[in-house]
This record gives sequence, structure tokens and C-alpha cells, in this order.
Amino acid sequence: MKLHEYQSKRIFAQYGIPVQEGEVATTPQEVRALAEQMGCPVVVKAQVLVGGRGKAGGIKLAQTPQQAEEIATRILSMQIKGLPVRKVLVARAADIQQEIYLGIVVDRAAARPVMMASSEGGVEIEEVARTHPEAIKKVHIDPFVGLRAYQTLWLAKGIGLPPSLHRDFGRIAQGLYRSFVECDASLAEINPLVITSEGTLLALDAKIVLDDNGLFRHPDLAAMRDIDEETPSERAAREAGLSFVQLDGDIGCMVNGAGLAMATMDIIQHFGGMPANFLDIGGGARAERVATALRLILADPRVKAVLFNIFGGITRCDEVARGIISVLDEVRPNLPIVARLVGTNEAEGRQILESSGYRIITATTLAEAAQKAVAAARGA
Amino acid sequence: MAILVDKNTRLVVQGVTGREGEFHTRQTLEYGTQVVAGVTPGKGGQFACDGRVPVFDTVREAVEATGANTSVIYVPAPFAPDAIIEAADAGLGLVVCITEGIPVNEMIRVKAYLDMKRVRLIGPNCPGLLTPGQAKVGIMPGHIAMPGPVGVVSRSGTLTYEVVYALTALGIGQTTCVGIGGDPIIGTRFVDVLALFEADPETKAVVLIGEIGGNDEEVAARFIAERMTKPVVAFIAGRTAPPGKRMGHAGAIIEGGTGTAAEKIAALEAAGVRVAEHPEQIARMVAEAIHE
Repeated sequence: MKLHEYQSKRIFAQYGIPVQEGEVATTPQEVRALAEQMGCPVVVKAQVLVGGRGKAGGIKLAQTPQQAEEIATRILSMQIKGLPVRKVLVARAADIQQEIYLGIVVDRAAARPVMMASSEGGVEIEEVARTHPEAIKKVHIDPFVGLRAYQTLWLAKGIGLPPSLHRDFGRIAQGLYRSFVECDASLAEINPLVITSEGTLLALDAKIVLDDNGLFRHPDLAAMRDIDEETPSERAAREAGLSFVQLDGDIGCMVNGAGLAMATMDIIQHFGGMPANFLDIGGGARAERVATALRLILADPRVKAVLFNIFGGITRCDEVARGIISVLDEVRPNLPIVARLVGTNEAEGRQILESSGYRIITATTLAEAAQKAVAAARGA
Repeated sequence: MAILVDKNTRLVVQGVTGREGEFHTRQTLEYGTQVVAGVTPGKGGQFACDGRVPVFDTVREAVEATGANTSVIYVPAPFAPDAIIEAADAGLGLVVCITEGIPVNEMIRVKAYLDMKRVRLIGPNCPGLLTPGQAKVGIMPGHIAMPGPVGVVSRSGTLTYEVVYALTALGIGQTTCVGIGGDPIIGTRFVDVLALFEADPETKAVVLIGEIGGNDEEVAARFIAERMTKPVVAFIAGRTAPPGKRMGHAGAIIEGGTGTAAEKIAALEAAGVRVAEHPEQIARMVAEAIHE
């Protein structure tokens, strides 16, 4: 779960990190009032949960309250990467001498958090990693001994910070690491961390991505979720405990298991179709979950056909087929359905589907199922 | 022969009295695995699965009373890290954690601790292991597999079953099927299992089923090129997955442009691995590899 800049800044501030905090506004009039109160110049920043806000024109400097209002009018009517801007952050503009980068992520290969610093702030770290990786300094953090002072000093020296800032940089790095661990984050990033013209360090931007698996023990953070981050279907899926990702195609997919669900998407595209979603209904394929999942798929008006791909292991295919029929009795979809049940008692399962009276196209192999679904979506 | 679990496995089930734990323990017993004990704090002295499995309060008591050597964990995510560490502290050599949803920062600590103790963890968020005809530890459906020469290692669940089922249908059995789990931090990775299969005289070929996210497949490719003599057939799920989205598994995500299926496939092919375009090709490719 991603947090907004303003939310992340509030958290960082609690960990002693100096941040350019600002206030959140939802109307141009509020922005003007804030600009008058704070004193110009101010910066007006779109609060949407995507990167590249600056490039998209979602971050602007205003020299007067009047100009702040005009800028806010424009930004609040923008969409950035498909997400409408509903909020802006207004902050007193900082005098920037140099921009640096400081962030923590989980290094999966090392099974440790890794803190990264770079003298190239203000650009995406992935971009720096591609163009001049030598500018990035990294330290891995042992979970039992934590981030040590020598490590932050090594980072500070590595990116060429003046000695006068080493101590403050160390405090910021420690705060960032503590916030990362204590919030169960999977990413905590300050980009840019700037050296102001007064020679102090200040976090101009902030980004926290929370580990969804850690949210159960952070109800306060879970409550920060911005529902605009998700499509209505993704939200409904999350609330139903289903794993769902909205895609652009027209073939709805209902699969048990994440790996099999990805393989199903892949094979649909292999045969020239486009999946409308990724959906893992989980083990057992219980009727109630299947019904919720099917409703979700059908809620998308672009969907022209539905493909069921279910492996029946401990739950046998005949049981799965009966479950599917009961769901169809309830949901009554008006679309072609292609079903492939594989595993134990698959012939019986197919028999049950074929004699159900519904227009179910059965398939034995995955390739056949994908081809039939592609044809069905094209109205063939 | 087999790897990790076999007829000498003496299993203790942590979370044996829970709904999932009891359900799967019945299946495990039915398969003929030696389930010697269960653990549920506060329920010591009771019996689970119609009196067939004695329940203990702690893993240590279970091990002392029954000589258990392997643990499987079904406890809910908030308690699973404790359960893993408890199993390691009780002296078990192999701990298999089925539980999904453990926070990644928790797993970083758990893994660091188990590495210090030199205890092998399989999972979390995995289906467990199956050595056909000998032992089933976890939730893989036992009847789809049969004994034979192919080792299977996978980050997935049902996709693995699908491949095992297809292998069995072609008359190709398996030495051991290992589900290593779909989380970003897991106890045992592809390379660890590949090394075990390479050393196992009964295993003649290996199937590796990977997916987007991380770089364990690339690391595996390097190992295969440098160390393996046995043929490997691979499949990578998620060729068409969009970047930045988690595809069901916590670990299945393309981040910062890395962890794509294309990179993994290229690395594996460069290592001489045959990579299937879709899962139905795998069984046939394995048949060819074995007969070469």
C-alpha cells in the first residue's frame, strides 16, 4: 500500500527527520489562502500515488498567492498517469543548493534491508542505477544489530557530503531506518533530500510503501489508505480477500493459484487475446468466493468472455464443477464461458458442466481453453 | 532416494487443531506420512485427527516425546514467525511453513536467525513438499504424483500441481516436488534445491517453475551453467504481467524495471536450460530430456 507524500512526511517528521511539511488543500481557494498565510514563493504539489509527478506538470512554483491559485486550478483538474488529482500539498519553497537521494528497500537476494544514498537526487533511483550506478552507495543492514554509525558515515562520505553535515545525515538515516522497520514498510525514500542555502538538510519529498502483509498490526497506517489508489473492482476484491489486478483486455480470468493465473494470462496473449484481469481465487475454489469473483469480472463492461481455469487437487473437479453451476444459477451471466477443469475427476467435472444447460464451452488443455476464449471474445 | 522428506520423516504439525491444520493433517496421514505429533499452545494432552495425533503445548515437548525431525506450520501469519523460531530452537533440521501473509520485515529477522542456527526452512507461503510414495509434508495433492526420476522445484502451487499431473499422465514420476514459496524472503531458494537434486542419484532431470519478481531464477541459471550436469526444463509465469503490480504472491512483482520474465528466460536459456512457452509443453520437454 502506497502512502501519499504528505502522509509519508508526517511519519518521517515523527522520526526526527526535518521535512518541508506544508498543508494539504483540495480547492484553489484553499491553496491561495495557504499561500497568503505561508508567504510566497510556495510550491504546489499534486498528491497522487504515482511517480513522475514533476515531469507531468504536477509540481509547480508560485511567486504570488494569485499565481498559486491559478496553478492549483490547473493541477486539480489534471490526471497523472490516469489518476485524477484530488489533493495538492502546499509548502513554502526551499532554497536548494544540492539534491541528494536517500532510501531503503528490501534486498531480496541478500534477505536484508539495504540503504542507498546517491549524490544524484531528484531523479528516480532506477534511472541513476542505469546511467551511472557508481553514484549509488549502498549498505546492507543486519536485522539484529541495526544501522550502525560507521555505515551512515560511509554513505555520507561516499556521496561527498561536507563533514559539517555528516552528523545530521546520520540522524536522518537512523530515523529513516526506524520508520521503515516500525511501520513495516517495503520502501522508505527521501528524494530529494536537499542541502538548503542555509547549509542544512531538508526532506523535500517523501515516499513510503507499506508491506500489505504488515498492515494487520498497524491499524493507524491501514486507515491512511486512499481508495482512489484502486479501481472499484480492485477495492471490492481486496475487501473480499481476493487477489485481483485490473488489466486492459476483454477476457475475464478466474483461476485458482497465482502462478497458474499468470500462466493463464500469458497463454491468452500468446494466442492473440487480451486478459481483462489477473484473479487468484485461492485454494479449494469455494462457491461463495467464486460467486464474488465472477460478479467482479462481470462488473467490467469490457469483458466479452470469461475463462475458468481451475486445477482440482484436494478439491476434486466434480466438486468444483458443481460449485461453478451453483454460482451460475445465482449470478446468471450473459456471456460465453469457457471452462477448463484439470486434475482429479476432470472428466466427471466436464460432464457436469456440459449437461448443465448453460452455454459453457469446455476445454481439456490450457492451449485449447485459451484459443476458445479468444474466439469467444471476438464473437466467433 | 529423494530429497528433504522421505519415509524416515517424523512430522510434527504446528497448528494441528486449527481448521486448515487438521484438514491437511488428515490428508497427510492418509498419504502414509508418519505424523508423530501436533502442537497447539494450551491444548497439550489432547489428541487431534480422531485420536491419531497427540497434541503438545510446545515443539520441544513434542520432539522429546516423539523424536520428530521435521515440522510443518499452519498457524496464522501473526504467530507464524514465533512458530518457525520455536521449531528451530527445538532442534528440528527441517521446518516447512505453509502460512501466507508474514510481514517481510519479520521474515528478514526469522531468516537471519535460522541461518545462524543452520536450520533449513522451506517457505513461507508455500505448498510444502511431496516425495511420491514416501511422504507428503504440506498441502500438495498426493494422488497426482508418482515415484520416478524428475525433481520439481517451484515458487507456485497449483501451477506445480498442473505440471506434476501432466508428468504423471505421461508416465513420468517424480523424486521430490518442492514448493519453495511465493514470498520475497524465503528460507530455501532455487539454487539450494537444485544443488540437492544434482546430488541425488535418483533424480535424472529437474523442472524449475519460476515467476516474475526478484532474481532467484537468474542466480539459478548461473548455478545450472556452472555446476549442474542434469538437464533442467523451466517455465516462467508472468510474461505479460504489468510492472509495479503484485500478482497474487507477495514476491511476484516487477519493481524498478527488474524481475521481468524476459530477463529470467534469457538468463536460463543462456545457461542451456530449455524454457517452455506454456506449461503444457513442460512434460513433453522433460520426456525428451530424459531420453536423450
